[in-house]
Amino acid sequence: MRKAIVFGAAALAIVGAGAASFAEPVDDELVIDGETKIITRAKAPEGSPFEEVTSGWLYRTKETRALEADSFENPGMLYVERGEEIWNTAAGAAGKSCAECHGDASESMKGVGAHYPKWNAEAGKPFNLELQINACREANMKAEPYKFDAPDQKALVTYIKNQSLGTPVAIDLDAGEMRAWWEKGKEAYYTRMGQLNLSCASCHEQNNGKYIRADHLSQGNTNGFPTYRLKQANMVSLHNRFRGCIRDTRAAQPKAFSDVLMALEVYVAWRGTGLSVETPAVRQ
Amino acid sequence: MAKVKPRVKLPKKAEKGEIVTIKTLISHPMESGQRKDKSGNVIPRQIINSFKCEFNGKPVFACDMDPAISANPYLEFTAKVEESGTFAFTWVDDDGSVYTTEEKITVE
Repeated sequence: MRKAIVFGAAALAIVGAGAASFAEPVDDELVIDGETKIITRAKAPEGSPFEEVTSGWLYRTKETRALEADSFENPGMLYVERGEEIWNTAAGAAGKSCAECHGDASESMKGVGAHYPKWNAEAGKPFNLELQINACREANMKAEPYKFDAPDQKALVTYIKNQSLGTPVAIDLDAGEMRAWWEKGKEAYYTRMGQLNLSCASCHEQNNGKYIRADHLSQGNTNGFPTYRLKQANMVSLHNRFRGCIRDTRAAQPKAFSDVLMALEVYVAWRGTGLSVETPAVRQ
Repeated sequence: MAKVKPRVKLPKKAEKGEIVTIKTLISHPMESGQRKDKSGNVIPRQIINSFKCEFNGKPVFACDMDPAISANPYLEFTAKVEESGTFAFTWVDDDGSVYTTEEKITVE
């Protein structure tokens, strides 16, 4: 009888291991257009709960991964093109375009997106690209700031971030009060919320690789944002995704670019340190 | 993506008799004619209704398109190349516009 129980437990263990390995991120390498090597696995930064940080790309199906590996097939590239148009078009009362001050984005913006969010001393808070663009539009172009998730905002952010394609994410936590914001973000990450009582960590740290809501949970890294999601057939910004995740826990959603979400962005971007910028990534 | 722009990707060089993959994409809203605007008026249909590809004047691939095809239609097909030449691509819009592009290939 005892033998039977032991045998039963062993069988269970095997089934368990089988299910877990099914959900592991795949062993594959991402090279875009056969030339730009993308780091999809990196040694986790010190203080991370993981040994290795992994890109969400590794959790997607073969077909979705192929879409990202070919910039011709990547639907997000249409938004990159639109972003380039905006970059070169004058707007606002000052009659200036982005290009007028910043010149050729392929040089002036190279690697820039990989270091956002960044401390902004004037505002006394971290800025992401969206906030930086809006500040620039108001102060220098005398133009209306973009409303959250306006198509042009998404296109311009996608374009600027795409100039860093392949550059590893690296956030400067030593600038200003970034450490304090990182701490706030960490607290938000581990705080359970909503009717489902979930924290970010419940899914993306403790259960990444598993199957939920018809999707494989990734580590929730931000290196691919704005991301082309096949589900929406559109670009999805990071704060849209944050809010979507929070909605799914059935909690009240904080506003985009609010202090709590900016802190969360600082912390989550740091968790993905070392992964290449993939914008526009293609996800399910 | 308001601006209509054709795009084509194919290898610049090929061996004689090689089968090459040709990828085409045109940014276009493909308005189906089934949707209504905020005040309830039908948004008129405007789609790319046909596509063709020719190599040195000879047909390679052609198709008609219908309203169920989604925005920014992507087409991929193959062609066997025996000689150097030019692939010519043509998209026809409901409004009568014709969008064209060309791509050369060298056979070694």
